[in-house]
Amino acid sequence: MKIHEYQAKEILRQFGIRTPRGEPAFSVAEAVEVAKRLGGPVWVVKAQIHAGGRGKGGGVKLARSLEAVETLAGQILGMRLVTHQTGPEGQIVRRLLIEEGADIRHEYYVSVLTDRKTQLVAMLASSEGGMDIEEVAAKTPEKIIKVFINPLDGISDEQALTLAKGIGIPEGSVPAAVDTFKKLYHCYMETDASLAEINPLILEGDGGIKALDAKFNFDDNALFRHPEIVAYRDLDEEDPDEVEASKYDLSYISLDGNIGCLVNGAGLAMATMDTIKLFGGEPANFLDVGGGATTEKVTAAFKIMLKNPRVQAILVNIFGGIMRCDTIAEGIVTAAREVSLNVPLVVRMKGTNEDIGKKILAESGLPIISAETMAEAAEKVVAAAKGAAA
Amino acid sequence: MSILINKETKVITQGITGKTGQFHTQKCIEYAFGRDCFVAGVNPRKAGEKIFDIPIYATVKEAKEATGATVSVIYVPPAGAADAIWEAVEADLDLVICITEGIPVRDMLMVRNKMKRKVEQGGKETLLLGPNCPGIITPDELKIGIMPGHIHKKGRVGVVSRSGTLTYEAVAQLTELGLGQSTAVGIGGDPINGLKHLDVMKMFNDDPDTDAVILIGEIGGSDEVDAALWCKAHFKKPVVGFVAGVTAPPGKRMGHAGALISSGADTAEAKLAIMEECGFKVTRNPSEMGKLMKQLLG
Repeated sequence: MKIHEYQAKEILRQFGIRTPRGEPAFSVAEAVEVAKRLGGPVWVVKAQIHAGGRGKGGGVKLARSLEAVETLAGQILGMRLVTHQTGPEGQIVRRLLIEEGADIRHEYYVSVLTDRKTQLVAMLASSEGGMDIEEVAAKTPEKIIKVFINPLDGISDEQALTLAKGIGIPEGSVPAAVDTFKKLYHCYMETDASLAEINPLILEGDGGIKALDAKFNFDDNALFRHPEIVAYRDLDEEDPDEVEASKYDLSYISLDGNIGCLVNGAGLAMATMDTIKLFGGEPANFLDVGGGATTEKVTAAFKIMLKNPRVQAILVNIFGGIMRCDTIAEGIVTAAREVSLNVPLVVRMKGTNEDIGKKILAESGLPIISAETMAEAAEKVVAAAKGAAA
Repeated sequence: MSILINKETKVITQGITGKTGQFHTQKCIEYAFGRDCFVAGVNPRKAGEKIFDIPIYATVKEAKEATGATVSVIYVPPAGAADAIWEAVEADLDLVICITEGIPVRDMLMVRNKMKRKVEQGGKETLLLGPNCPGIITPDELKIGIMPGHIHKKGRVGVVSRSGTLTYEAVAQLTELGLGQSTAVGIGGDPINGLKHLDVMKMFNDDPDTDAVILIGEIGGSDEVDAALWCKAHFKKPVVGFVAGVTAPPGKRMGHAGALISSGADTAEAKLAIMEECGFKVTRNPSEMGKLMKQLLG
């Protein structure tokens, strides 16, 4: 789960990390109110969307008067902000963060994440803050300092010091940086984050250390023990179809193609998409119905797929293991009738009771095209989609 | 022979009284020698009772002492699953198979480091399979997990994969072509897990009854690459490789928590290229895994 910058900063402050003073605003009037409360002479008006690259996209502006705050807030609120992370369609700005200006002497980078290879917590820091860390990693990898932290021991003073010195924090500010790194580690662990990133982390004119921008991702599996983080969820920032799918415990991701896919199992779902591509088609979505594919779930899955106007054919690929093919077939027939299916449907069913399943589909009177293998199914659905498009 | 489990293995089931645990325990007992192999269940509140005629103990330690079991399988819900793993490790079992899906990553991180530290301090090593995995099966001997038993056939091809249904797909293709399996292992789709492709490949390499292996990977992480690089230097048997997720976009989690492209090196294409360099026979068509294996074996 992702959150907004202003929410990330609230969390950082709770863990004792310094940030500029600021508050969120949902309207122009609120933005001006916040600016008045903060006091001048300089404010930053920041678009709050879940994607990065907001500055370059024109979503972060400096204001030197309350009038300027008003004008800029009016321009940014409601704009369709396009960044390298939003895709060409962009994301509408519905929230702002109004902050006091900062006295920036240098911009650094620091982040925490879990390293799957070493099964340790990695903290990364760089002297090259304020830019894309992937770019730093590609061009000047020596400028990224890493330490690996065993969660049984936690971060040591020595590790925090290695990072602070490694990125060239001036001597007088090292204790503040060490303190920030240690707090960030605790924050990462205690909130069950999967990424905690401060970019830039700034050195102020007076030697202070502050988080000027922050980003968090959280482990979805751990949200059950963090109601305070779930409360930060902003459904406006999520794909509405993915939100709808999650209500039915379906794992769904929108893609750009025209062939809807309904599969059980994440690996098989990816393999099915790949096979479609191999035969010259493009999948419209990833959809894993999981182990317990009930009629209700299959119906919901069909409805979500068919909401996408680009979908010109659907491929169902089920490996009935514990789940029997006849149950799935009944689900498909009921779902197809309920949604009055109007695109070609190719079904490939394998495993337990597949013969009974196929019979149910054949006798349903629905125009279902059946296939024996994943490859045959992909070939048929690609042809069907082309026929539908013609 | 086979790897990790066979008909002599004695198994404890943690979470045997839950809905999932009961359902799958019954299927496992019905498969081949399952009746003899599943010897104990664990539930502190139901100690002394029986389920499917299997005695229930309060702790893994007690179950082990009473039955001599060396392996456990876990169906405990996500919030308590990491503790269940640790209980089995503390009881010095040989192998723990964790089926549970949706365990918080931090919990797995802590338990994996506790397991490693125990070994560093001279304690007995317990292997972990999973979590979020279908389990492991040695056909005609023992099935531990949630895979459909009937698609398997005893034979000499090993299968290792992160994904459940994709493993079944590979197994069914082999069986249809008359090729049986020595052992099929699902290592699970989570980012922090126990046995990796590499560990399982080492075991298949040493197993005289495995002639060849199908290795199935996914986007995300470097497990498949690590395995391929090791195999290039050491693996003595033919390998068919497939990696799911050629069409997966970066930054989107494809169902499995571990199936997420985060750098350029963990895409399906990158992994397939390295596998090919390392001598695997790779395919981009998952319907051909079985056929390719048949060709390799002549």
